[in-house]
Amino acid sequence: MCDQTFLVNVFGSCDKCFKQRALRPVFKKSQQLSYCSTCAEIMATEGLHENETLASLKSEAESLKGKLEEERAKLHDVELHQVAERVEALGQFVMKTRRTLKGHGNKVLCMDWCKDKRRIVSSSQEHAVTMPCTWVMACAYAPSGCAIACGGLDNKCSVYPLTFDKNENMAAKKKSVAMHTNYLSACSFTNSDMQILTASGDGTCALWDVESGQLLQSFHGHGADVLCLDLAPSETGNTFVSGGCDKKAMVWDMRSGQCVQAFETHESDINSVRYYPSGDAFASGSDDATCRLYDLRADREVAIYSKESIIFGASSVDFSLSGRLLFAGYNDYTINVWDVLKGSRVSILFGHENRVSTLRVSPDGTAFCSGSWDHTLRVRDAFLFSCV
Amino acid sequence: MSGSSSVAAMKKVVQQLRLEARLNRIKVSQAAADLKQFCLQNAQHDPLPTGVSSSTNPFRPQKVCSFL
Repeated sequence: MCDQTFLVNVFGSCDKCFKQRALRPVFKKSQQLSYCSTCAEIMATEGLHENETLASLKSEAESLKGKLEEERAKLHDVELHQVAERVEALGQFVMKTRRTLKGHGNKVLCMDWCKDKRRIVSSSQEHAVTMPCTWVMACAYAPSGCAIACGGLDNKCSVYPLTFDKNENMAAKKKSVAMHTNYLSACSFTNSDMQILTASGDGTCALWDVESGQLLQSFHGHGADVLCLDLAPSETGNTFVSGGCDKKAMVWDMRSGQCVQAFETHESDINSVRYYPSGDAFASGSDDATCRLYDLRADREVAIYSKESIIFGASSVDFSLSGRLLFAGYNDYTINVWDVLKGSRVSILFGHENRVSTLRVSPDGTAFCSGSWDHTLRVRDAFLFSCV
Repeated sequence: MSGSSSVAAMKKVVQQLRLEARLNRIKVSQAAADLKQFCLQNAQHDPLPTGVSSSTNPFRPQKVCSFL
């Protein structure tokens, strides 16, 4: 459905080793070639001899960074909101809270929708019978809806098969899948119930096999805690984006473990990242009180969603189905709704009595749910408001 | 030894930057046009910005009832 225009699954003969592999485009002396990922990596290490001094490496790094900025700037010929000038403005609409869920005894830290759109899993800072530790910071629904994964300060991600039989003890069937050396900040099933992607305070992300608990791939590169991740929406999707306390958002190739793109324009921790529905861009929410949109094919930030009056960090972001709206939950208890194309705020939603910690649009796009430190979850949808 | 490990770390940074420098990028104007097109193409299927039609809108003005 959506094409990952950078990591295209083109198979063919590598221009260097001639083996039949998945190819990526590379430039060598301004000529475009197709290399397999092994040859691409070898090419990148050419010239890095043992006796390279720290000083010469640092100066090469600086010149490469300068070159990267130059290349990105050359292509920055217009702003997104300029391209969207002629787009019809959104009509006035009202968001109404349809449900307020008050089951938690403490702060709601995260939530996820089940694909059947009728169920939500949420986690909170409480020592409930089934959860192994006091802070459960991440939770996710399996695509089949038959299991959930969660974890937090226990440094683990555990999978719980779901049962509606009240006599069954969910904790007994728990399966520990991931093991990090610091807290688990985010987790997500991949396209199946069989693999889980995790992000951790230990600065790494990892891909695990649920059945065996085996580590399939690890992703190193963040310079500090990784706080969030999101999988690319493609069916054949094999990339994901992560955001961390090092202010960087990084896009990874799940098969090779390599970082393919990195973006460092935020001024503080990135709390939330979410792919644009087409898969060609992603949004981030940060403690610097801004949300930003990064386009993967232009390889740069293309929009900032901010206002002088917004001074609290954005904790959670999500797009509406078409990507026209960006919902962002903030630490000042509000939710701001942004017009992604025009860069303007279209609505501000009140109702929570404490920080909004998590926010997700439902899979069918008709509603969105926000969770807060005020112990509640609110499900809202939109009505057309017409003055008569 | 801290010397060799920082050289090794720096090598990784340079390696990563070389990979990123070779990326095939497109102009923002093209990327932005594609984002805009995706939005507009999918706009009618997106319930949140379009809202619910006024016939089912509970906020619409109620008809007045009168005693017969």
